[in-house]
Amino acid sequence: MDEKLVEDKAKVLPGDVIAEGDYLSGQGTYKEDEKIKSKFLGVARTEKSRIRVIPLCGGYIPQEGDKVIGRISGIGPSHWWVELDSPYDGYLSISEGSDEFIDLDNTELSEVYDIGNMIYTEVIKVTKEKDVKLSMQDRICKKLSGGRIVRINPSKVPRLIGKGGSMVEMIKDKTGSRITIGQNGIVWVSGGDEDLAVGAVKTVDEKGHEKGLTEKVEKMLKESR
Amino acid sequence: MKKDKKLLKNGKRIDGRGIGDLREMEAEAGVLERADGSGYFRMGDTEAIAAVFGPRELHPKHKQKPQRGILQCRYNLAPFSVEDRKRPGPSRRAKEIGKVAEGALSSTVFLEEFPTATIDVYMEVITADAGTRCVALNAGAIALADAGIPMKGIISACAAGKIEDTPVLDLKGEEDQGGQVDLPIAMNADTGEVTLLQMDGMTNIEEMDEMLELAIKGCEKVAKKQREALMKTF
Repeated sequence: MDEKLVEDKAKVLPGDVIAEGDYLSGQGTYKEDEKIKSKFLGVARTEKSRIRVIPLCGGYIPQEGDKVIGRISGIGPSHWWVELDSPYDGYLSISEGSDEFIDLDNTELSEVYDIGNMIYTEVIKVTKEKDVKLSMQDRICKKLSGGRIVRINPSKVPRLIGKGGSMVEMIKDKTGSRITIGQNGIVWVSGGDEDLAVGAVKTVDEKGHEKGLTEKVEKMLKESR
Repeated sequence: MKKDKKLLKNGKRIDGRGIGDLREMEAEAGVLERADGSGYFRMGDTEAIAAVFGPRELHPKHKQKPQRGILQCRYNLAPFSVEDRKRPGPSRRAKEIGKVAEGALSSTVFLEEFPTATIDVYMEVITADAGTRCVALNAGAIALADAGIPMKGIISACAAGKIEDTPVLDLKGEEDQGGQVDLPIAMNADTGEVTLLQMDGMTNIEEMDEMLELAIKGCEKVAKKQREALMKTF
Protein backbone atom coordinates (compact mmCIF):
# COMPACT_ATOMS: atom_id res chain seq x y z
CA MET A 1 0.00 0.00 0.00
CA ASP A 2 1.91 2.98 -1.28
CA GLU A 3 -0.07 6.08 -0.93
CA LYS A 4 0.62 9.74 -0.77
CA LEU A 5 -1.92 11.37 1.48
CA VAL A 6 -0.92 15.00 1.21
CA GLU A 7 -0.54 17.07 -1.91
CA ASP A 8 2.78 18.55 -2.90
CA LYS A 9 3.42 21.92 -1.23
CA ALA A 10 0.58 21.38 1.24
CA LYS A 11 0.90 22.74 4.74
CA VAL A 12 1.43 20.09 7.41
CA LEU A 13 1.61 19.98 11.20
CA PRO A 14 3.84 17.83 13.39
CA GLY A 15 2.53 14.25 13.38
CA ASP A 16 0.60 14.56 10.10
CA VAL A 17 0.88 11.46 7.94
CA ILE A 18 2.28 12.50 4.56
CA ALA A 19 2.65 9.13 2.88
CA GLU A 20 2.42 5.44 3.52
CA GLY A 21 4.53 2.56 2.31
CA ASP A 22 7.41 2.69 -0.11
CA TYR A 23 8.45 6.31 0.22
CA LEU A 24 11.73 7.57 1.61
CA SER A 25 11.76 9.69 4.71
CA GLY A 26 13.74 12.87 4.00
CA GLN A 27 14.59 15.92 6.05
CA GLY A 28 11.94 17.14 8.44
CA THR A 29 10.09 13.82 8.51
CA TYR A 30 10.21 10.62 10.51
CA LYS A 31 9.00 7.09 9.90
CA GLU A 32 6.66 5.26 12.24
CA ASP A 33 4.73 2.06 11.43
CA GLU A 34 5.51 2.38 7.69
CA LYS A 35 4.04 5.86 7.71
CA ILE A 36 6.00 8.99 6.92
CA LYS A 37 5.04 11.78 9.24
CA SER A 38 5.99 15.42 9.52
CA LYS A 39 8.22 16.68 12.30
CA PHE A 40 7.49 20.35 11.74
CA LEU A 41 4.89 22.94 11.03
CA GLY A 42 5.92 23.29 7.44
CA VAL A 43 5.39 22.56 3.78
CA ALA A 44 5.55 19.02 2.43
CA ARG A 45 7.62 18.45 -0.71
CA THR A 46 8.13 15.32 -2.76
CA GLU A 47 11.16 14.71 -4.92
CA LYS A 48 10.79 11.40 -6.71
CA SER A 49 10.01 9.11 -3.82
CA ARG A 50 11.71 11.14 -1.12
CA ILE A 51 9.50 13.22 1.11
CA ARG A 52 10.74 16.33 2.87
CA VAL A 53 9.14 18.91 5.09
CA ILE A 54 10.46 22.44 4.91
CA PRO A 55 9.80 24.15 8.25
CA LEU A 56 8.06 27.51 8.17
CA CYS A 57 9.73 28.69 11.34
CA GLY A 58 12.34 27.69 13.84
CA GLY A 59 15.85 28.40 15.01
CA TYR A 60 19.21 27.61 13.48
CA ILE A 61 21.13 24.40 14.18
CA PRO A 62 24.61 24.39 12.59
CA GLN A 63 25.24 21.95 9.76
CA GLU A 64 28.45 21.07 8.00
CA GLY A 65 29.05 23.19 4.93
CA ASP A 66 26.87 26.10 6.00
CA LYS A 67 28.20 29.59 5.45
CA VAL A 68 27.19 31.64 8.45
CA ILE A 69 27.73 35.04 9.97
CA GLY A 70 28.87 35.04 13.57
CA ARG A 71 30.03 37.38 16.26
CA ILE A 72 33.31 36.83 18.08
CA SER A 73 32.28 36.30 21.69
CA GLY A 74 35.42 34.99 23.33
CA ILE A 75 39.12 34.56 22.82
CA GLY A 76 41.08 31.57 24.11
CA PRO A 77 44.82 30.88 24.11
CA SER A 78 44.73 29.73 20.49
CA HIS A 79 41.14 30.00 19.34
CA TRP A 80 38.07 32.18 19.11
CA TRP A 81 34.52 31.47 20.20
CA VAL A 82 31.90 32.62 17.77
CA GLU A 83 28.23 33.22 18.54
CA LEU A 84 26.01 31.95 15.75
CA ASP A 85 22.49 32.77 17.02
CA SER A 86 22.05 29.10 17.80
CA PRO A 87 22.30 27.06 21.01
CA TYR A 88 25.83 26.07 20.00
CA ASP A 89 28.81 28.41 19.77
CA GLY A 90 31.36 27.94 17.03
CA TYR A 91 35.04 27.16 17.65
CA LEU A 92 37.50 28.85 15.34
CA SER A 93 41.05 27.63 15.80
CA ILE A 94 44.04 29.79 14.95
CA SER A 95 45.07 27.55 12.06
CA GLU A 96 41.62 27.74 10.50
CA GLY A 97 41.23 31.41 11.35
CA SER A 98 44.01 32.90 9.31
CA ASP A 99 46.08 32.08 6.25
CA GLU A 100 49.02 33.95 7.61
CA PHE A 101 51.31 32.77 10.31
CA ILE A 102 50.42 34.24 13.68
CA ASP A 103 53.30 34.47 16.08
CA LEU A 104 51.56 33.97 19.41
CA ASP A 105 54.55 35.35 21.32
CA ASN A 106 54.28 38.75 19.72
CA THR A 107 50.66 39.10 18.66
CA GLU A 108 47.39 39.14 20.49
CA LEU A 109 44.62 37.13 18.90
CA SER A 110 42.37 40.16 19.34
CA GLU A 111 44.45 41.93 16.71
CA VAL A 112 43.11 39.46 14.15
CA TYR A 113 39.50 39.21 15.35
CA ASP A 114 38.41 41.10 18.43
CA ILE A 115 35.38 40.47 20.59
CA GLY A 116 32.34 41.95 18.89
CA ASN A 117 33.71 41.60 15.36
CA MET A 118 31.39 39.98 12.86
CA ILE A 119 32.80 37.34 10.54
CA TYR A 120 31.47 35.47 7.54
CA THR A 121 32.64 31.93 8.09
CA GLU A 122 32.09 28.31 7.16
CA VAL A 123 30.98 25.45 9.39
CA ILE A 124 33.44 22.65 8.62
CA LYS A 125 32.53 20.11 11.26
CA VAL A 126 29.66 19.40 13.61
CA THR A 127 30.10 16.48 16.00
CA LYS A 128 27.31 14.39 17.48
CA GLU A 129 27.61 16.43 20.66
CA LYS A 130 27.18 19.56 18.55
CA ASP A 131 30.69 20.88 18.87
CA VAL A 132 30.89 23.27 15.97
CA LYS A 133 34.18 23.89 14.16
CA LEU A 134 34.52 26.89 11.91
CA SER A 135 36.99 27.84 9.23
CA MET A 136 38.00 31.00 7.40
CA GLN A 137 40.02 29.11 4.76
CA ASP A 138 37.43 29.54 2.03
CA ARG A 139 38.17 32.59 -0.12
CA ILE A 140 34.80 34.20 0.42
CA CYS A 141 35.07 34.07 4.22
CA LYS A 142 35.97 37.42 5.65
CA LYS A 143 35.80 39.79 8.54
CA LEU A 144 32.84 42.11 8.10
CA SER A 145 33.60 45.72 8.85
CA GLY A 146 31.20 48.60 8.46
CA GLY A 147 27.74 48.00 7.10
CA ARG A 148 24.73 46.80 8.98
CA ILE A 149 23.53 43.57 10.47
CA VAL A 150 19.93 42.44 9.98
CA ARG A 151 18.54 39.34 11.64
CA ILE A 152 15.86 37.33 9.85
CA ASN A 153 14.29 33.98 10.61
CA PRO A 154 16.71 31.24 9.40
CA SER A 155 13.81 29.45 7.68
CA LYS A 156 13.43 32.48 5.39
CA VAL A 157 17.03 32.40 4.16
CA PRO A 158 16.22 30.31 1.05
CA ARG A 159 13.53 32.85 0.12
CA LEU A 160 15.95 35.76 0.53
CA ILE A 161 18.46 34.03 -1.72
CA GLY A 162 15.79 33.05 -4.24
CA LYS A 163 16.13 30.61 -7.13
CA GLY A 164 19.77 30.67 -8.14
CA GLY A 165 20.27 33.82 -6.08
CA SER A 166 17.65 35.79 -8.02
CA MET A 167 16.13 37.59 -5.05
CA VAL A 168 19.35 38.79 -3.47
CA GLU A 169 20.77 39.72 -6.87
CA MET A 170 17.70 41.86 -7.52
CA ILE A 171 18.05 43.67 -4.20
CA LYS A 172 21.77 44.19 -4.79
CA ASP A 173 21.09 45.48 -8.27
CA LYS A 174 18.38 47.95 -7.25
CA THR A 175 20.13 49.30 -4.13
CA GLY A 176 23.78 49.05 -5.05
CA SER A 177 24.50 47.46 -1.68
CA ARG A 178 26.73 44.53 -0.95
CA ILE A 179 24.74 41.81 0.79
CA THR A 180 26.12 38.74 2.52
CA ILE A 181 23.68 36.17 3.86
CA GLY A 182 24.49 33.66 6.58
CA GLN A 183 22.51 30.41 6.73
CA ASN A 184 21.83 31.24 10.38
CA GLY A 185 19.65 34.18 9.43
CA ILE A 186 22.16 36.97 9.95
CA VAL A 187 22.43 39.28 6.95
CA TRP A 188 25.14 41.85 6.40
CA VAL A 189 24.31 44.87 4.27
CA SER A 190 26.96 47.40 3.29
CA GLY A 191 27.20 50.37 0.94
CA GLY A 192 24.70 51.76 -1.55
CA ASP A 193 21.23 52.56 -0.30
CA GLU A 194 21.51 50.66 2.98
CA ASP A 195 18.11 51.77 4.30
CA LEU A 196 16.34 50.47 1.24
CA ALA A 197 18.27 47.19 1.18
CA VAL A 198 17.57 46.60 4.88
CA GLY A 199 13.90 47.32 4.24
CA ALA A 200 13.82 44.82 1.39
CA VAL A 201 15.47 42.14 3.53
CA LYS A 202 12.93 42.76 6.27
CA THR A 203 10.09 42.53 3.77
CA VAL A 204 11.31 39.10 2.73
CA ASP A 205 11.41 38.09 6.41
CA GLU A 206 7.88 39.28 7.07
CA LYS A 207 6.25 38.14 3.84
CA GLY A 208 8.51 35.20 3.00
CA HIS A 209 5.69 32.69 3.12
CA GLU A 210 3.34 34.65 0.88
CA LYS A 211 2.83 34.16 -2.82
CA GLY A 212 4.24 36.62 -5.32
CA LEU A 213 7.05 37.65 -3.02
CA THR A 214 9.36 38.73 -5.80
CA GLU A 215 6.77 41.17 -7.16
CA LYS A 216 6.12 42.58 -3.71
CA VAL A 217 9.80 43.23 -3.07
CA GLU A 218 10.20 44.67 -6.56
CA LYS A 219 7.29 47.02 -5.93
CA MET A 220 8.65 48.05 -2.58
CA LEU A 221 12.05 48.84 -4.09
CA LYS A 222 10.47 50.84 -6.90
CA GLU A 223 8.12 52.85 -4.68
CA SER A 224 10.79 54.09 -2.33
CA ARG A 225 12.83 55.44 -5.16
CA MET B 1 -25.62 25.76 55.83
CA LYS B 2 -27.05 26.52 52.47
CA LYS B 3 -27.87 23.46 50.47
CA ASP B 4 -25.64 22.94 47.43
CA LYS B 5 -27.03 23.91 44.08
CA LYS B 6 -27.86 20.95 41.88
CA LEU B 7 -25.08 20.42 39.36
CA LEU B 8 -27.10 18.17 37.07
CA LYS B 9 -30.71 18.55 36.03
CA ASN B 10 -32.32 16.25 33.43
CA GLY B 11 -28.94 15.52 31.90
CA LYS B 12 -28.14 19.24 31.63
CA ARG B 13 -25.35 20.90 33.54
CA ILE B 14 -25.38 24.31 35.24
CA ASP B 15 -24.20 26.06 32.10
CA GLY B 16 -26.60 24.11 29.90
CA ARG B 17 -24.07 21.67 28.51
CA GLY B 18 -24.74 17.98 28.03
CA ILE B 19 -22.64 15.30 29.71
CA GLY B 20 -20.15 14.90 26.87
CA ASP B 21 -19.85 18.54 25.80
CA LEU B 22 -16.75 20.66 26.03
CA ARG B 23 -16.89 24.31 26.91
CA GLU B 24 -16.56 26.82 24.10
CA MET B 25 -13.00 26.88 22.82
CA GLU B 26 -10.79 29.48 21.22
CA ALA B 27 -7.23 29.00 20.02
CA GLU B 28 -4.59 31.16 18.41
CA ALA B 29 -0.94 30.79 17.48
CA GLY B 30 1.76 33.44 17.39
CA VAL B 31 0.23 35.81 19.92
CA LEU B 32 3.51 37.08 21.38
CA GLU B 33 5.93 39.17 19.36
CA ARG B 34 9.18 38.38 21.09
CA ALA B 35 8.86 34.69 21.88
CA ASP B 36 10.20 32.10 19.43
CA GLY B 37 6.72 30.59 19.45
CA SER B 38 3.55 31.32 21.31
CA GLY B 39 -0.01 30.15 21.72
CA TYR B 40 -3.27 31.09 23.34
CA PHE B 41 -6.00 28.72 24.37
CA ARG B 42 -9.37 29.30 26.02
CA MET B 43 -11.92 26.84 27.29
CA GLY B 44 -14.96 28.60 28.71
CA ASP B 45 -13.68 30.92 31.41
CA THR B 46 -10.23 29.39 31.61
CA GLU B 47 -7.58 30.93 29.40
CA ALA B 48 -3.83 30.58 29.11
CA ILE B 49 -0.98 32.02 27.10
CA ALA B 50 2.18 30.04 26.44
CA ALA B 51 5.57 31.19 25.18
CA VAL B 52 8.36 28.96 23.90
CA PHE B 53 12.01 29.97 23.80
CA GLY B 54 14.71 27.89 22.27
CA PRO B 55 16.34 25.59 21.58
CA ARG B 56 18.88 27.67 23.45
CA GLU B 57 21.93 27.27 25.60
CA LEU B 58 21.14 25.75 28.98
CA HIS B 59 22.32 27.32 32.20
CA PRO B 60 23.23 26.26 34.89
CA LYS B 61 25.61 24.01 33.02
CA HIS B 62 25.23 21.02 35.33
CA LYS B 63 21.71 20.56 34.01
CA GLN B 64 23.01 20.00 30.48
CA LYS B 65 22.72 16.50 29.07
CA PRO B 66 25.45 15.63 26.57
CA GLN B 67 23.27 13.27 24.50
CA ARG B 68 19.98 15.11 24.38
CA GLY B 69 18.30 18.37 25.09
CA ILE B 70 15.86 19.02 27.89
CA LEU B 71 12.48 20.68 28.03
CA GLN B 72 11.64 22.97 30.94
CA CYS B 73 8.12 24.07 31.78
CA ARG B 74 6.78 26.76 34.00
CA TYR B 75 3.15 26.81 34.96
CA ASN B 76 1.90 29.93 36.66
CA LEU B 77 -1.45 31.20 37.82
CA ALA B 78 -1.58 34.96 37.43
CA PRO B 79 -2.45 36.73 40.71
CA PHE B 80 -5.61 38.12 39.09
CA SER B 81 -6.68 34.84 37.51
CA VAL B 82 -8.69 33.62 40.49
CA GLU B 83 -11.45 35.04 42.69
CA ASP B 84 -9.27 35.87 45.71
CA ARG B 85 -5.94 37.31 44.66
CA LYS B 86 -3.38 34.57 44.42
CA ARG B 87 -0.08 35.32 46.10
CA PRO B 88 2.41 35.62 43.24
CA GLY B 89 5.31 33.26 42.91
CA PRO B 90 5.72 29.54 42.45
CA SER B 91 3.71 27.48 44.90
CA ARG B 92 4.07 23.78 45.56
CA ARG B 93 1.13 23.17 43.25
CA ALA B 94 2.49 25.31 40.41
CA LYS B 95 5.88 23.61 40.55
CA GLU B 96 4.25 20.21 40.46
CA ILE B 97 2.09 21.06 37.48
CA GLY B 98 5.14 22.47 35.69
CA LYS B 99 6.88 19.18 36.34
CA VAL B 100 4.08 16.98 34.99
CA ALA B 101 3.66 19.31 32.01
CA GLU B 102 7.35 18.75 31.22
CA GLY B 103 6.68 15.04 31.08
CA ALA B 104 3.54 15.47 29.00
CA LEU B 105 5.20 17.68 26.37
CA SER B 106 8.75 16.31 26.25
CA SER B 107 7.63 12.83 25.19
CA THR B 108 6.68 14.19 21.77
CA VAL B 109 9.66 16.45 21.17
CA PHE B 110 12.73 15.14 19.32
CA LEU B 111 15.04 16.22 22.12
CA GLU B 112 17.94 14.13 20.81
CA GLU B 113 18.36 16.72 18.06
CA PHE B 114 19.46 19.35 20.57
CA PRO B 115 22.17 17.90 22.82
CA THR B 116 23.06 20.16 25.79
CA ALA B 117 20.35 22.67 24.84
CA THR B 118 17.03 23.52 26.43
CA ILE B 119 13.57 24.34 25.19
CA ASP B 120 11.68 26.53 27.66
CA VAL B 121 7.90 26.60 27.78
CA TYR B 122 6.28 29.27 29.90
CA MET B 123 2.58 28.76 30.49
CA GLU B 124 0.66 31.58 32.14
CA VAL B 125 -2.94 31.10 33.19
CA ILE B 126 -4.74 34.41 32.76
CA THR B 127 -8.16 33.43 34.03
CA ALA B 128 -8.86 30.26 35.93
CA ASP B 129 -12.13 28.36 36.09
CA ALA B 130 -11.03 24.72 36.49
CA GLY B 131 -9.01 22.72 33.99
CA THR B 132 -6.10 25.15 34.04
CA ARG B 133 -3.40 22.55 33.49
CA CYS B 134 -5.17 21.23 30.42
CA VAL B 135 -5.68 24.66 28.92
CA ALA B 136 -2.08 25.58 29.71
CA LEU B 137 -0.85 22.40 28.02
CA ASN B 138 -3.00 23.08 24.95
CA ALA B 139 -1.51 26.57 24.66
CA GLY B 140 1.97 25.13 25.28
CA ALA B 141 1.58 22.57 22.51
CA ILE B 142 0.48 25.26 20.04
CA ALA B 143 3.46 27.38 21.07
CA LEU B 144 5.90 24.50 20.54
CA ALA B 145 4.65 23.89 17.01
CA ASP B 146 4.69 27.63 16.32
CA ALA B 147 8.33 27.78 17.45
CA GLY B 148 9.29 25.24 14.79
CA ILE B 149 10.36 22.58 17.26
CA PRO B 150 10.52 19.10 15.70
CA MET B 151 7.81 16.95 17.27
CA LYS B 152 6.13 13.59 16.80
CA GLY B 153 2.72 15.21 17.16
CA ILE B 154 0.72 17.81 18.97
CA ILE B 155 -0.37 17.21 22.54
CA SER B 156 -4.00 17.93 23.39
CA ALA B 157 -5.34 17.91 26.92
CA CYS B 158 -8.74 17.86 28.49
CA ALA B 159 -10.33 16.77 31.76
CA ALA B 160 -13.19 14.49 32.59
CA GLY B 161 -14.79 14.13 35.98
CA LYS B 162 -17.66 12.87 38.04
CA ILE B 163 -20.45 15.02 39.39
CA GLU B 164 -23.40 13.58 41.28
CA ASP B 165 -22.24 10.05 40.40
CA THR B 166 -22.30 10.81 36.67
CA PRO B 167 -19.15 10.89 34.53
CA VAL B 168 -18.99 14.18 32.62
CA LEU B 169 -16.53 15.95 30.33
CA ASP B 170 -14.58 19.15 31.02
CA LEU B 171 -15.55 20.39 34.49
CA LYS B 172 -16.00 24.08 35.09
CA GLY B 173 -15.29 25.84 38.39
CA GLU B 174 -18.46 25.03 40.35
CA GLU B 175 -18.50 21.47 39.08
CA ASP B 176 -14.90 21.00 40.10
CA GLN B 177 -15.59 22.20 43.64
CA GLY B 178 -18.88 20.36 44.06
CA GLY B 179 -17.85 17.29 42.07
CA GLN B 180 -16.41 13.99 43.16
CA VAL B 181 -13.65 13.28 40.64
CA ASP B 182 -11.37 15.33 38.42
CA LEU B 183 -9.38 13.43 35.82
CA PRO B 184 -7.18 15.50 33.51
CA ILE B 185 -5.41 13.72 30.67
CA ALA B 186 -3.07 14.84 27.91
CA MET B 187 -2.50 12.82 24.79
CA ASN B 188 -1.36 12.76 21.22
CA ALA B 189 -4.78 12.54 19.63
CA ASP B 190 -3.37 11.13 16.36
CA THR B 191 -1.68 8.11 17.88
CA GLY B 192 -3.72 7.74 21.05
CA GLU B 193 -0.61 7.93 23.20
CA VAL B 194 -1.50 9.30 26.64
CA THR B 195 1.25 11.44 28.16
CA LEU B 196 -0.43 12.73 31.29
CA LEU B 197 -3.04 11.18 33.49
CA GLN B 198 -3.86 12.49 36.93
CA MET B 199 -6.83 11.87 39.15
CA ASP B 200 -8.29 13.44 42.21
CA GLY B 201 -11.21 11.84 44.09
CA MET B 202 -12.78 8.43 44.50
CA THR B 203 -14.11 6.24 41.73
CA ASN B 204 -14.32 2.65 40.51
CA ILE B 205 -12.97 0.96 37.42
CA GLU B 206 -16.19 1.16 35.38
CA GLU B 207 -16.56 4.90 35.97
CA MET B 208 -12.87 5.39 35.32
CA ASP B 209 -13.25 3.74 31.90
CA GLU B 210 -16.25 5.90 31.10
CA MET B 211 -14.44 9.07 32.12
CA LEU B 212 -11.35 8.12 30.12
CA GLU B 213 -13.46 7.51 27.05
CA LEU B 214 -15.08 10.92 27.46
CA ALA B 215 -11.71 12.61 27.97
CA ILE B 216 -10.18 10.94 24.92
CA LYS B 217 -13.08 12.14 22.76
CA GLY B 218 -12.62 15.60 24.26
CA CYS B 219 -8.92 15.60 23.40
CA GLU B 220 -9.76 14.80 19.78
CA LYS B 221 -11.98 17.87 19.62
CA VAL B 222 -9.28 19.98 21.26
CA ALA B 223 -6.79 18.69 18.68
CA LYS B 224 -9.04 19.91 15.88
CA LYS B 225 -9.15 23.38 17.41
CA GLN B 226 -5.36 23.46 17.81
CA ARG B 227 -4.94 22.38 14.19
CA GLU B 228 -7.24 25.18 13.01
CA ALA B 229 -5.24 27.74 14.95
CA LEU B 230 -1.89 26.53 13.61
CA MET B 231 -3.14 26.31 10.03
CA LYS B 232 -4.08 29.99 10.18
CA THR B 233 -0.50 31.09 10.84
CA PHE B 234 1.88 31.88 7.98
